[in-house]
Formats: sequence, structure tokens, C-alpha cells
Amino acid sequence: MPRPRQATPGGGPVDASAAVGTPGRIAVRKTYKLYIGGAFPRSESGRSYVVKGADGSPLANAVRGSRKDVRDAVRAARAAFAGWEARTAVNRGQILYRVAELLEGRREQFEAEVGAAEGLAPAEARAQVDRAVDRWVWYAGWADKISQVLGTVNPVAGSYFDFTIPEATGVVGVVAPETSSLLGLVSRLAPVLVGGNVAVVLASEGRPLPAVTLSEVLATSDVPGGVVNIITGLRRELVPHLAAHMDVNAIDAWGVPPDLIVSVEEAAMDNVKRVARPPRGAAERFDWLDDRAAQRPEWIAAFLEMKTVWHPIGV
Amino acid sequence: MRLESSSRHAVAPKVYDAAMGSTLDPVARERAQTEAHELVRAWNGRSIGLGGLLGRLGSVDQVGVEERAASLAKRSIKRASKLWALDLIVRMIDLTTLEGKDTPGKVHALCQKARRPDPADPSVPSVAAMCVYPALVAVARAALAGSGVRVASVATGFPSGQTFLELKLAETELAIEAGADEVDMVIDRGAFLCGDYVTVFDEIVAVKAACRTTLLKVILETGELGTYDNVRRASLLAMAAGADFIKTSTGKVSPAATLPVTLVMLEAIRDFERRTGRAVGMKPAGGIRTSREAIAYLVVLYETLGPGWMTPDRFRFGASSLLNDVLMQIRKERDGRYSGGDYFSLD
Amino acid sequence: MTSKRDQMVTQRPRSESVGRGTASPSSWGFGDGQAVPWEYAPAPESRDVVKLQARYGLFVGGKEVAPRSGQWFTTIDPATEEPLAEVAKAGLADVEDAVAVARRAFRRSWGGMPGRERAKYLFRIARILQERSREFAVLETLDTGKPIKESRDVDIPLVAAHFWYYAGWADKLDYAFPGRTAQPLGVAAQIIPWNFPLLMLAWKIAPALAAGNTVVLKPASPTPLSALLFADVCRQADLPPGVVNIITGPGEIGLALVKHPDVDKVAFTGSTAVGKEIGRAIAGQGKALTLELGGKAANIVFDDAPLDQAIEGIVNGIFFNQGEVCCAGSRLLVQESIAEPLIEKLKDRLATLRVGDPLDKNTDVGAINNAAQLAKIEALIEAGVAEGAELYQPACELPARGYFVRPTLFTNVAQSHRIAQEEIFGPVLAVLTFRTPDEAVEKANNTPYGLSAGIWTEKGSRILKMAKELRAGVVWGNTFNRFDPTSPFGGYKESGFGREGGLHGLLAYVRLEDR
Repeated sequence: MPRPRQATPGGGPVDASAAVGTPGRIAVRKTYKLYIGGAFPRSESGRSYVVKGADGSPLANAVRGSRKDVRDAVRAARAAFAGWEARTAVNRGQILYRVAELLEGRREQFEAEVGAAEGLAPAEARAQVDRAVDRWVWYAGWADKISQVLGTVNPVAGSYFDFTIPEATGVVGVVAPETSSLLGLVSRLAPVLVGGNVAVVLASEGRPLPAVTLSEVLATSDVPGGVVNIITGLRRELVPHLAAHMDVNAIDAWGVPPDLIVSVEEAAMDNVKRVARPPRGAAERFDWLDDRAAQRPEWIAAFLEMKTVWHPIGV
Repeated sequence: MRLESSSRHAVAPKVYDAAMGSTLDPVARERAQTEAHELVRAWNGRSIGLGGLLGRLGSVDQVGVEERAASLAKRSIKRASKLWALDLIVRMIDLTTLEGKDTPGKVHALCQKARRPDPADPSVPSVAAMCVYPALVAVARAALAGSGVRVASVATGFPSGQTFLELKLAETELAIEAGADEVDMVIDRGAFLCGDYVTVFDEIVAVKAACRTTLLKVILETGELGTYDNVRRASLLAMAAGADFIKTSTGKVSPAATLPVTLVMLEAIRDFERRTGRAVGMKPAGGIRTSREAIAYLVVLYETLGPGWMTPDRFRFGASSLLNDVLMQIRKERDGRYSGGDYFSLD
Repeated sequence: MTSKRDQMVTQRPRSESVGRGTASPSSWGFGDGQAVPWEYAPAPESRDVVKLQARYGLFVGGKEVAPRSGQWFTTIDPATEEPLAEVAKAGLADVEDAVAVARRAFRRSWGGMPGRERAKYLFRIARILQERSREFAVLETLDTGKPIKESRDVDIPLVAAHFWYYAGWADKLDYAFPGRTAQPLGVAAQIIPWNFPLLMLAWKIAPALAAGNTVVLKPASPTPLSALLFADVCRQADLPPGVVNIITGPGEIGLALVKHPDVDKVAFTGSTAVGKEIGRAIAGQGKALTLELGGKAANIVFDDAPLDQAIEGIVNGIFFNQGEVCCAGSRLLVQESIAEPLIEKLKDRLATLRVGDPLDKNTDVGAINNAAQLAKIEALIEAGVAEGAELYQPACELPARGYFVRPTLFTNVAQSHRIAQEEIFGPVLAVLTFRTPDEAVEKANNTPYGLSAGIWTEKGSRILKMAKELRAGVVWGNTFNRFDPTSPFGGYKESGFGREGGLHGLLAYVRLEDR
């Protein structure tokens, strides 16, 4: 059960993830950093911003990521892509399952952070974390099956063997949902990874802390460095750079503020990025707890390319 | 350069040597062998085993080659060209009878047809050759005396080739003695299909030596070879061994000649000519019954090897019933009416 | 124009015994020095099968209507530069009408119609197209300049096949996507290019209608006629009015159409530049979008390839439809160990290509589609020469009128040359070499495009490996330019997104909802 927040004597932020502390003992507060290329750098800009809880009280400083951090993250992601995609599907699935194992293992910390960020009662926070773990497991199991559901052998009119198989798109920029700090993020990130893509995630601006803790989980699972990169910061500063980056192959735009969506889609056209967006108006009131709505193989397919191969059949 | 010996030769060198030694003019044999070795060396430039050599000589995609042949068959030629083509086809025909029940009477009658295909139209030329079994060569020669129509004899245990080398060589020599201008031999498909390319090669060399100046056509029996890859390999092997013509079939096995097989062989001829400077002729045989089909073969020939091959010196049709269809077409082009089977002799 | 074309021709010394030399057919010698009277008949397909109207209005609401704009433009035959017909030039008001009509038809008739009934309309259309195949083939050749051999044997059969294939899906959508039901999107705005006018129409309209959408389609302005004749097929099939609407006009009209707020879905096939423009124009509007854009495909030949068939594949890859194909094999990557013999064979084979009257059944390479494209091709050929690549063009007579280009080959091409990077969209092949499979993959993928690729090798494991590594939506192994309605087609990267054909082609036109 997480302690209610208290103001510190100095008025600075309090670490919301502190477990029940020992009276008289000063907690060692966590520093929330970026996660790029498997490491935890600070922003090259050296800036941070204050993250507040749902009740307005300061929780921690988060890194205010810059466009250079985005640039570095994309570079790290691209470098990691070939290796991640080349792994066998079952291997990717097992790596992703391990992430779920570690998520489960740190559930109390997540419950505390999600509860503080979103102003949830403990039971609600627990429901969110439960669902996040289960959802991650659900997507992990798709890794070695999705190509059987999406792939086809096509009965062409000629002596040719013709098949279509899905392949990863490449580097996906994920603009995480703003309000659902863990479950929403997991729901959008897991399907990206299942298909063999690598991700550059822009965490929720107002509720970034669970995302950073997630990055710690990723770093200690078997996910290779660079496969997921998580950047915290201000949406309006970061989204345009991600959308315009020529080495990003797709954008998951679920978390893009409505007034930025036009410019994001315009910028995406510079290198014909694939853009995944929610049905009109759905993002704000999306019920992430609804499995039917948020567990969809189409969300994996959105970041897959269909490759068709032909070969003559002859002696 | 010594070619590797096959295991069959290792087992029976005496038979081979005896065959090579006793029945051939040694000078001719040596010249033929030298020429063959030169050709193989020119082809490859290095000393490697025949199997390896043939493996490197390229493969053929079945679907691709069949599509190409089909698209060539859709060409339509000018009417004036068509008339010329029909005339050329007659001049390219090796009129053939190869049956157990052939008699001197049958051969004599067919030879008259060969000389004068259409008695009602003296402008129709004679065919290129008459093709018969060795026993009937003398009859054919007598019947064709003074006509310019050549006598071609099958030999080497036609059609199966499953007999002893001495007999194959003896048959060749006797056929030539009887008056054959051309010899159509069969390759040893059994040896080929078990990978014993050296045997196949050496046999052709030996027969070529026995032929001396007589023209040698080498029948690959493509219907038994099974793949276009094998057709290409067999073509190159036969040319390297000294063939003057390569021929698709005996006519006794189905499928016999087809457009794609012909295309593969013509492409091999083109590649061989480019490498060695020697032009080898080609003869599709069996299964070509209509003028339209024959013209399609000429299209394939023209598009692959060009105008220089549009001559009986380089291309023949092995056929029997084709001739009447061509005569019918010629008459139709001249009279403007379709004719019927009764108007052309069945010999 | 004639002298610039003729300047480019290369005179090659040839051996006497093989091939056909550089002179014209009538002076080719043979054996005894006589000329061989072997000539292909002009074999022209008759134009009579097509009854051209003097003028074509728009097709909106099941009827031919005059454009509210009051304007018309002329479409010509690029092989002769003669006018074929006048065609309506739609204005903004016409776009409004068409979209409104399509919406009404969606709401009132088509959108709610059971799949099995929609299917029967599409089957009717497929059958009528088969019946009128010769008419469509000739019309398509007249309007585009493509050889009748291709429109008759490739384009039109594929058109009918697409309608046949998607007709059968109309009542089986519940089986297409596991656990989901497929609902139509509504009104689809479809913009198609001039290289395969009727085929691109089929790729767009067939799946859209099968899924229950209604459409407003704009054919390319150089080639509107087959779409307008298709309108007649819709009438013959008794298709409910407003389900298919065809508006003709320039690019701006297409842009206005896609921007229209009552359009739910946009599908575009054309150049990458225009595709990006369209994507930007509808940014933020929440419309479904698929794009099928340009390419610069690599055709990769290894030294163990079946050489003569590879030559056919290379030739087909770049000269089919005069190279005006998004998935054309415009870069030949040949393994260095086989480069010389392959290029020799290729030059020989180029010399056999017949360039000329598209209506002649013997013609292999027809006219370039329009004057603007011809200018672009010629400019890029000049650029290739200027940047130091070696040019080869077989000597062949080109017709005095019409937009024609000789088949062109550039050797000694570097990866950085414009002719190796820019899409030429013409009968121009750039030849580069490579040493190892890795190098081939690297060079092939080193482009913003990713539509197609070809691999030629005898080794099965290598085919599969290369297919896996090549970043292209369509990979042809030991073949090229094969298309089929069951086989999904589309690009990676800047060649677009979304697939046309097959099960995947349905996705573009549906909204997936829970059962």
C-alpha cells in the first residue's frame, strides 16, 4: 500500500514510488532518465520538468527531452532493427513474455506510480496494472502466429508459387496515449514490437513516470538495447521532430494532441510514413480496459508490410 | 588434355579399345578425337571433368522458356514471306519412314514423293532428304539417283541405342557404304541419365570418326531426357563431340519435338557458335504435322539464330505427314481455295 | 525530335554468322548472299471494333452528363498524335455533384445491399468485360500507345479477372478477417494513372464495390476513354445509379475530390510526388488512405541464373508497356562474373525488339503515352550520357509521327548516377554490377523506393534469402512482371502503403468491427 504523498521540508518533489518507509530514514529518490540504446542517459539539453500527480502535487523531475534525443533514439532504434527482426518469431515472443514476468514482479511499484499519476484508488490502480501485464502476455503470444493469420498462399492463374507474408515496417515512432500512463502505453507499444519493429516512444507528457519505470523493466529483460527507446518531455517540442524524421517508417499517432494531428500527417508524407490513428474522436474516451477494443491483431498488422513473392513451378 | 575415364571404361577398357581400334581408320579417329578435345578445351579453357563442365554450362527455367516459345508462336508473317516459308519448309523436310514393316516398295514410292512432292505443280521443290533404316539405304539411293535429294540413314541401334559400341560403329560404316549421305545417330540415354557423360561423348566422337565426311546428326531423344537442363547439356555435349546437326527425337517416343525444346537447343547452338566459331544445324523431328506449326518453328529459328540459319544446310524438319499439309497450304495460297486430303498422294 | 533520337543510335559491329547486324531487315544477308525475305506482317488489329463518340460527358448517377463547368478537353492517340475524342473537363461543382450522388447511392442502395446481391452485379460486370474484351483492348491501345499484344493478352484479361475475384468476396467478408466483421467505409475517391488505365480502374473499383462502398473515380487526363467505356458496362449491368461515378479532368480536380469532406476513403496510384501532395492535402481529415507510388526496382542476376530466361525477364521487366510501369525492373544488377556475356546477349536481344504501331500485333514496344513523359525520358537519357554512363540503343526505324523512344541500355552506371536513382518511367535500363549477394541486397535496397525486385539464380535457398532481405512489396524469383487478382501488390517505403489484390486488398475498403 503506497504512502500518501507528503510535502518535503524543502518543497521539492517527493518520490511517489517510495514504499512504506522507515520513520526517520531518508528515502533514496529515483531519478527518471531517458532510455536510449539500452542505456539511461540524461538529455543532452540538460533540462527537466516537474511531473505532478493527479492531485497537483509534484512527484518528480522528468527529463525534458530534446530533438537531439529524438535523433539519437532513432539512430539507436535503426541500429537495433536488423538484429531484432532477424530473430526467430518464437524468440521475440519469449523475450516479450519475459518483460511481462518482470512487470508482474514489480507490480507494487507500478501500482503506486499509476495511482499517483492518474489519481486512482488502489483497487483501480491494481486493475490497470493487472490488465497491462495480461495484455503484454497476449501480444507476446502473437509473435509466432501473426504471420499464419495474415499470410496467404495465393492461387494465381499460372504455374507459379505465390505467397504473401508480413514483415516488420522498421522504426516506429509511438506517441503514447496522454492519459493512460501504463495500460495505454503497453496497449500501443506491445503490438509494435511483436511484429519485429523497433520503437521510439514519446511518453505521456503529464504522466511519464510509469513509462520510465517500464524502461527499467525492458532494460533488465532480454530486450536488446535500442529495440525500445523512451523519451520524456513536452509533446509540442518533440512530436514534430519525430513526425518529420526521414528514418522513421511509421507513426503511432494515438497520443498526438488533436491540434497537432494535421501537421503530423503532413510531415509524415515527406517519406510516406505509415500513420496509425484512432477512429475519429475515440482517443479521448477510449476504454483501455476493454479487451475487445484494445487487443486486436489489426494493431500488429498496422505496422507490418505485406511482401508477395512469386516463383515459377517447373522441373 | 585427357578426359577423365568413367567407371564403365575402367571396367571394360579392352572392349572400348578394341572397338575404337578395329573398326576405324586410325587417322580419321585421331583427327576426330583431337577436334573433339579441342572443342571441349575451347569451350572451357581448363581441364575439368565433363560432368563438372556440363554443370557449369547453364540451366534453363521451364516456365520462362515455355512462355518465350509461346509468345514467339504468336508472330504473324507477311503473305509473301509465308509463301517463301512454305517453299523453304518443303526444302527442309527429311521425309521419313522408319517402321519395322518398311519394304523396298514403300521406300521407292516415298522417294518419288520426295523428288516431286506435287506432281501437279512442278514449281514445288524436292525435299532435303529421305530418312530410312540402314537396310533400305540402297533402295533409297537408287530411287533418288540424280535428284539432289540426300539419303539419310539412322544408325547406332536406332531407336533405343541399347546395344554394343562395335555394332553401332559397324552399322554406321555399312550404312555409309550402302550410300548414305547423312547419318542420324542416337545418343546413349542410359549413360547420360546415370551421369556417365564421358561414354556419351566418346561414342559420338567414335561415330563421327566413322562418318568421316558424311554429315552426322545426333539425336538427343529429348522426350527421355526429362528436363530442359538436360536438353541443354546434351546439346552442348553433342556439339563439343563433333555433331554436324543436333536433332530432338527418334519419333518413337512422346513427347517428340516441341517449340520450347527447340528453343533450348537453338540457344545452345547460339552459345556454342559464339564460343567456338562452329555452326551446328538443328532438326526437330516428330509431332510437327501442320504448316502453321512448322512456320512457328521457323519464327523461333529466325528470332534466335537469324537469317543465316534459314537454309536446309542448317535446319531440317523430320516429318512425314507435314509435307501434305504444306502442299495443301501452297496450293491454297496459289489457288485461293482450301483443298482436301484426296488431292495429295498418300505414300 | 527525329534527329535527336537518331543521334543516340549506336552502330555495333556484329559477327556475320550470328545475329542480325545493324542494317535494316531487307538488307540482311545469309549463306549464299541472298537476302532472306522474312518479314512480319503489319497484322493490324482493326479499329472498327471500337465506336468512338465525338464527345464524352461525365458519368454521374448512372447517366452521361455534361460538365457544369462547360469545359472540354481533347484526348489523342500518342502513336499518331491524332485526336480521338473530346472529353468533359470537370469543375468543382461537378466534384460536388459526384460525391453527393455517391453518398446518396451508398445510403440508399449499395451500402445496405446484402453481399450476395452486390456479388451478382460484379459478376455481371466481369462477364460483360470478357464479352467486350477486343473492343476494350483496341480502345486501350489507341488511348495509351501500348502494344495491342499487351492490352489484349495482359491488361484486359486481368481487368475481367479482378472483377471476377472480388465479386466472390462480396458475400464472404465475414470470413476474411478473423473475429471481425467488415463494414464498408462509405464513399471512396479514387485517382488512377495513365499507364494501365482500365487495369488500375479495376484494381480500385472491384474491391471497393465488393466491400459495399460507392466510388467517384478520376482517370488520368491523357487516358480517359476506357474508363468512360467502362461506364457503359455499368449501364449494361444495370448497376444502381451512383454506385460508380467517373469524372474526367486534370490533376487539380483530383485534388479537390480527395479533399471533399464527404469522402471517407482515398486511393491513389501515381507518382510519389503527387502521392505525397495528396497525403498532405487530407492530413488530419481522418480519411482512410492507400497509396501506390513509384519505384526503381532492381532486377538481380546471379552467375548461375538460367541466362536466356533471365534475358527475357530483364527485357520484359523494362520494356513491357514501354517501361511505363511503377514496378519496372529499371536497374539491372548483374553479378560481375557473368556481366560481359549477359550484356552481350542483352544487346542482341534488344536488336530483335520491334518498335512501332501499337495496333500491329507484332509490335513489342509501342508509343510513349504522352508528350510530357516523352520529354522527361529524353531528358533523363541525356542526363545519363552527360554523367558518363555508356549508352546503347539498337538501330530501329521509328515512325515519323507519334511519341516514340528506342529501347535504351546504359552500362558503366554508378549507384550515384541520376539514371540509377530517379524513376525514368520509360524504356531505359541502367546496368550495374555486384560481386556478392550482400552487395546486391545493399545496392538494391539503397533507394527510398521499395515496390518490387527480381532475383535470378538457380539456387533455391538463395532465392528465399534474397526475397527475405529485399525491402520490396513484390519479389519476383526467376520471373518478372507477373500480376494476378489473388496476389497482393504494393510497396514498402516511399513506394506507398496498402495492398491491391488478394485478401489484403480488401482491407483498404473496410472498417473492421467486432462481431
